[in-house]
Parts: sequence; C-alpha cells; structure tokens
Amino acid sequence: MDAKGKSDPTSAKNRTTVERKSERELVVTRTFNAPVRIVFEAWTKPELFKRWWVPKSVDMTMLSCEMDVRAGGTYRLEFGHPASEQPMAFFGRYIEVTPHSRVVWTNDEGGEGGPVTTVTFEERGGQTLVVLHDLYPSKEALDDAIASGSTGGFGEQFEQLDELLVALGGSVGRS
Amino acid sequence: MVQYTTARLDASFAALSDTTRRGVLEQLGRADASITELAEKFHMTLTGMKKHVGVLEQAGLVTTKKVGRVRTCKLGLRGLEEVAAWIERYRQLWDVRFDELDKVVEELKQKEKVDGRKGQE
Repeated sequence: MDAKGKSDPTSAKNRTTVERKSERELVVTRTFNAPVRIVFEAWTKPELFKRWWVPKSVDMTMLSCEMDVRAGGTYRLEFGHPASEQPMAFFGRYIEVTPHSRVVWTNDEGGEGGPVTTVTFEERGGQTLVVLHDLYPSKEALDDAIASGSTGGFGEQFEQLDELLVALGGSVGRS
Repeated sequence: MVQYTTARLDASFAALSDTTRRGVLEQLGRADASITELAEKFHMTLTGMKKHVGVLEQAGLVTTKKVGRVRTCKLGLRGLEEVAAWIERYRQLWDVRFDELDKVVEELKQKEKVDGRKGQE
C-alpha cells in the first residue's frame, strides 16, 4: 500500500545514550525518525506528551498535565500511585521556548536543588536529534539526586524508579 | 537501600570528576602500574599521585597492593559497576520514555501522510 520514502520504523531501534558531562550535568540523546516539527509537537502538546512521559512499567497514572509551553509559562504534572494517597506533583516554569528548536524549563518540586532542563531538537536529513541536558545548580545537588534514586528532575519522590528497574529486569547490587 | 549506595556513589562520582583520575583509570584499564609509574606518566609528584590514587581507592575504583617497596595499582571494578549501573538505570528510564515517544511520533507521521494525500486529491 505504501511505496517510496517510508523509513522503516521496525528495522533499527534508535539508541538512547546518557553521559555525565560534568559534575553537575547529565546529557541524554536520541534520534527520532521524523521531521522536527512532529517531534516538537509530540513533546509540547499536553495530550501527546502525557502518552509517553510515564513509563508503562511504572505503576503510576498521570492525573493531570497542564503545560503552558511559552517563555514564562508554567507546567504542572500530577501523578497517582496505588501506594500513596497524595498525588505526586512535578512543576516548574518554562524559561525559553523556541518552536522546533529548543525548550528550557525549571524543575521546582524539589526546591532549590532542582536542575534546569534544556531540550534541543535538530533536524538531520529528515530525522530529529533530541538532546536533553539536565544542569544542576551544584555538584552536591546532582549527587543528592543520584543518591535519592531520582532521575531527570523527578525529585526524590520518584522512588518508583526502583520498580522500573525491577520491571526492566536490570540489577543493581542491593543488600 | 538508598543509604547503602549513597556514600559509595558520592565517592565514585567525586573520584571520577577529575581528569587526571579518569586518565589513571584508563591507564590501569590497560595495565597495572606502580604509583611511581603513574606519577611519571602524568607528570606529577609522587605525593600528588598518591593523593589521586587514594581518592580512587576510597571510592573502590582502584585497589593497591604493596610488594616490597613498590605499591602496585589495579582497577577495582566494584565502584565502577555501581556508577555504571546508576547511569544505566537513568538511561533505561529515558529509553522507555523515548520508545513511547517514537510511537506517538510515528502515528503523527502516518496521519500527516494520510492528510497530505487527501489534500492532494
């Protein structure tokens, strides 16, 4: 039914890489087989965003997702988890929004120590390279985040990462 | 569980934050070496290198053994494995997210194709 120009999405899964760039920075990269306008849309439209942000293997549901994606706008994500009565909230402010190119936001749920996240989108031959950059205010802040088991600005509430790890069949030496 | 890994991760990341120490690890990945050899290789004083090796040892990244008057250093894998495990865990979170994002993106792409075709007719 479909002829030319179809990049086969099933052939090769694009790899996600992570690097601790410095003592207060983490960088995640991934390429998507689509033009930048599509990837940007999926990232910035709440109804699309909520479909991919929460890993399915984590027993959490997104209760609400408010995103006012423009410089100075705010966002607030609320999650429910069977083990907790209170929803968990993640919130912050967009510092910079450049359509199809760059979004920068704060992660304020953890107080002062939260990182500033920058995502850049770069189109390369019909594909889009996404680079996500978490910059913590200090080395100690990132070390704390690591120690608490949280990642990607999810604050220390994100203990469900342990469950994710189990679900994924990974193993970390735990006593 | 958090307590257990915290101290060691702190030590590991602190140890890895220095260029010389990363270089030493790389070097030891190729072959064991004495502190004197390492000091020469990295153009440092013996005391300076001892300090670096001490930090790496504390973090479990390096083990040392004194034979006669020579202290030989070798890679201690335990600390590295823990750091690597944390990084891998973080990577997996993003990987599963991005796999889902892939699906959303693919769907939008197909939709655009269909809409585009309709538009041309």
